[in-house]
Amino acid sequence: MAESDKNSIDRRDFLKGVAAGAVAAASPGTMQAQQDHGHQVVPSDLTLRVKALESLLVEKGLVDPAALDALVDTMEHKVGPRNGARVVARAWVDADYKKRLLADAPAAIAELGYRSGQGDHMIVVENGPRVHNLVVCTLCSCYPWPVLGLPPVWYKSAPYRSRAVIDPRGILKEFGTQLADEVEVRVWDSTAELRYLVLPERPAGSERMTEEQLAALVTRDAMIGVARVAPPARAGDR
Amino acid sequence: MNGVHDMGGQQGMGPVQYERDEPVFHAWWESRVYVLNRALRAWRKWNLDTDRHAIELLAPVDYLRMSYYERWLNRLETHVVKYGLVTKEELESGKAAPGSAKATPALTLATSAGWLSRGIPSSDDPRVRPSFKVGQRVRARNINPLGHTRLPRYARGKTGVVRRDHGVYAFPDTNAHFQREQRQHVYSVQFTASELWGDGASRRDSVYLDMWDDYLERV
Repeated sequence: MAESDKNSIDRRDFLKGVAAGAVAAASPGTMQAQQDHGHQVVPSDLTLRVKALESLLVEKGLVDPAALDALVDTMEHKVGPRNGARVVARAWVDADYKKRLLADAPAAIAELGYRSGQGDHMIVVENGPRVHNLVVCTLCSCYPWPVLGLPPVWYKSAPYRSRAVIDPRGILKEFGTQLADEVEVRVWDSTAELRYLVLPERPAGSERMTEEQLAALVTRDAMIGVARVAPPARAGDR
Repeated sequence: MNGVHDMGGQQGMGPVQYERDEPVFHAWWESRVYVLNRALRAWRKWNLDTDRHAIELLAPVDYLRMSYYERWLNRLETHVVKYGLVTKEELESGKAAPGSAKATPALTLATSAGWLSRGIPSSDDPRVRPSFKVGQRVRARNINPLGHTRLPRYARGKTGVVRRDHGVYAFPDTNAHFQREQRQHVYSVQFTASELWGDGASRRDSVYLDMWDDYLERV
């Protein structure tokens, strides 16, 4: 890998230059406006760097701004955990659908009209009184986009990625999810091209609810497996 | 490579920091970085595995300091120059070189919906034979490649059981470096928590990892 070592060193030196240039171009006050994402610091020169890069790519005809806008709109408004919640609610009310979902998730999810990259190879894993499933990607940020949208910052962060596999019960406790010792925890480390969705347990007290009402109870966190779906009275806690 | 990105089992990273009602993107620039990444990959100068490996090549201190999309921005700036879409001078000046040809975007409004629904190709190609069967005990190889790999360190040398055969996928370790796809079977392998983490771990718990054929050996 001598070649890639050489490239990475060249690149680092080069990027240092780019960053220095961008900082120099920013007004003196902008460094104050740093955002705090957990313990990571995001310098304010990023907006300038992205603007410069995009305008260059547009000028060279390499990207189409209308296509970029359409993709942002899709990720912000068309995919997201509401899609997954509809899948879960359908599985709760329709035993045949649930059977299909657990046997062939991509086909069952497509029945509800959801399909896009990172979701072709979906596996749905079911939580119950004896088994609790939890999803992570320890190597990067793999996540089932069509049914959950883009992952939250914490899912991509070092604390979650490092501990989900070695201390899943500790992670669950941090999310307020207490498990009895006799419950089996299955952690799905999605480091290949398979994407996992947890089918949470239907909460007590939801027996008379419609599919639509049930979907409103289902949270993103429950479909990652860090939380349970709260009973109706407590819904909205998280 | 044994990079800082391979985080499974590391300790001392602190508690999970949860944000209520988190937006899809926290700033305008994050959304542009995300979609520029997708629009540029449509040029097919590099692939998904190359993209993942580029993040791993960040210096560890930079990887930990940068936010997620800042890593992506660094990758974009690196890849557009490395794979010849723009020159270093153009990136530094922010202006196209005088007289340079204007391209037609690889991803347009018309094709963007299709691109989004393009998955990662897999198949049940019968010509690719599986080396392992469901129910078989297997060991994750103890490999330490300098290039890209999706075999996490915490599983290397550990023994598990094949629970499912997912079909045939391109091999990231070669595909990331444009050394052919070497398509092979991927399996869901169950490793018990006590095999991975010792006697202190819960006896009931397991980690399931998706493993390419070449990551496994017979026990």
